[in-house]
Amino acid sequence: MKRLISMAVAILAVALGLAFWSQDLQRSQGATGSNTLNFANWGDYIDPALIKKFQKETGYHVNMETFDSNEAMYTKIQQGGTSYDLTVPSEYMVEKMAEDKLLIPLDKSKLKGLSNYGASFMNQSFDPGNKYSLPYFWGTLGIVYNDKFAKASELQHWNDLWNPRWKGNIMLIDSARDILGFSLVSLGKSMNTTNPTTLALAKAKLDQLSPNVKAVVADEIKMYMADNEAAVAVDWSGEAADMMASNSHLHYIVPSEGSNLWFDNFVIPKTAKNFKAIYAFLNFMTDPKNAAQNADYVGYSTPNDAAKKLLPKDVRNDKNFYPGKDVLDRSEVYRNLAPKTVGLYNDLFLEFKMYRR
Amino acid sequence: MKKNTATSLAFYVPYALWIVLFVIAPVILIIYQSFFDIDGHFTLDNYATYFQSGTYIMMTINSVWYAFLITLVTLVISYPAAYLLHYAKHKELWLLLIILPTWINLLLKAYAFIGIFSQDGGVNNFLGLFGIAPKQILFTDFSFIFVASYIEIPFMILPIFNGIEELDEGYVNASRDLGAKWSQTFTHVILPLTMSGVKAGVQAVFIPSLSLFMLTRLIGGNRVITLGTAIEEHFLTTMNWGMGSTIGVVLIVAMFIIMFLTGERRKKGAKRA
Repeated sequence: MKRLISMAVAILAVALGLAFWSQDLQRSQGATGSNTLNFANWGDYIDPALIKKFQKETGYHVNMETFDSNEAMYTKIQQGGTSYDLTVPSEYMVEKMAEDKLLIPLDKSKLKGLSNYGASFMNQSFDPGNKYSLPYFWGTLGIVYNDKFAKASELQHWNDLWNPRWKGNIMLIDSARDILGFSLVSLGKSMNTTNPTTLALAKAKLDQLSPNVKAVVADEIKMYMADNEAAVAVDWSGEAADMMASNSHLHYIVPSEGSNLWFDNFVIPKTAKNFKAIYAFLNFMTDPKNAAQNADYVGYSTPNDAAKKLLPKDVRNDKNFYPGKDVLDRSEVYRNLAPKTVGLYNDLFLEFKMYRR
Repeated sequence: MKKNTATSLAFYVPYALWIVLFVIAPVILIIYQSFFDIDGHFTLDNYATYFQSGTYIMMTINSVWYAFLITLVTLVISYPAAYLLHYAKHKELWLLLIILPTWINLLLKAYAFIGIFSQDGGVNNFLGLFGIAPKQILFTDFSFIFVASYIEIPFMILPIFNGIEELDEGYVNASRDLGAKWSQTFTHVILPLTMSGVKAGVQAVFIPSLSLFMLTRLIGGNRVITLGTAIEEHFLTTMNWGMGSTIGVVLIVAMFIIMFLTGERRKKGAKRA
């Protein structure tokens, strides 16, 4: 009997323990300390050496947590229980978070070096006047090819992917908006299309691509391309930079008719507390030297023009990672779509994945 | 007497607590969640969408079909294996070798197979000796079913092995003595007496196979789509938890059906010989 009671108590204790533990996990350790900066970031998206440098220079302690999708981060902040001071959503998520009143406006008077940022990366449609956000990195969606199997001249446009020559040889990134997006662009439509008929057309065109598609995968695409598993892949510029670093046969092209232009941005969520540390960190990351070091480590394109000047010549002159104004002008930034439309994009994408011939 | 019933009732308390907190409560939460649409309104629309959409029905059929194939492959391999194991020397050692792979993380095993099946991998190098390489092995139905079966095999062998171990050798000998052919002995004596092991194995393999989703991406390259993929998408990308829960409920119901079909039905008044 005694043992039974103790077992019952033990199970209740486990349940309560789990509840507290999860709260503790969400709250993140030491979150209450006044010298701590709680930073929610994507995995491997900042040079760890910079965090050390910041802690040494300012005396603040950076407590970094990582997330792997905008939606997961959004849910955590919306449901409370976290105490993030700073996070890095993509552009459409900045718009959504601002609409849902989850962001605190930036105090421009506390920001130094705003002029470091290139004019073409500020005042974007998703956040007019940069009320809430500072750009962190930007990039494009494009085509990676392996010069053992393909020539640059064969892959200048999105439509070139439909060439029967690539039968079973294309890998796609597992992302509904990006894949339907390039199909829309190839039809001359906007990547922010909400019209169901146009979307159905784009999906029908994607179905025709099906015989060429080898696989629809996520991060593994980097490993596969580095191992010469496929001739062509559709992926983001930063991911392409990673692959190219491990396999010199790979190259990256942004189709000239346009592509997606994306931004990841610093924002202050409504859960923020330690504003001194936040602005110290933002100013630290705006510093050209630090931003250049970070861009060198992460491999994405920096919106910080002063930092770009400090990058090696071959990097900053690479038209595929720092495309000219003409390509930028033809590229589109994702807008935040209504949940119903997001659902439609994903349902169509799921149908495309199931389509087989 | 009274004290006894109290004690025996008390025996159930820890068990009941566990079941309520970690089995019943989550299931109720999933069912509750499945009645809300994306705007948080109470509705039955999720179920209507599910049963009216060709995509979800197709996906359900796909999931069941692949789970069936995986179960079939593991069963065909496991039954003879378990039977041989029963007569093998050093049984414990062989058993340990079969269980050993389950100690390794699923993801590690999947990544190992990526290495084996890729264009530069071991299998293609071997095929290259005969001049028939490179063949596309990854991202095919074959590779998906192969890897899934490999992962599930221990869960099929163990219950069948236990069933065969419990089999009274006397029955087999008796049937042989009475003139039954080997095939007759097998179908009339061995198989019926080990059926409970087979059923347990089918349950242990079919049910998890219904919702495999890591493998569909890593090995199947999303060319194989099961309901697990859709659940992941609804929870992580579209944030339509209601729809995701609805699919979850359908899977739970499917599992109950399997349990019912393969469950031991108690026959009243066992036949006497």
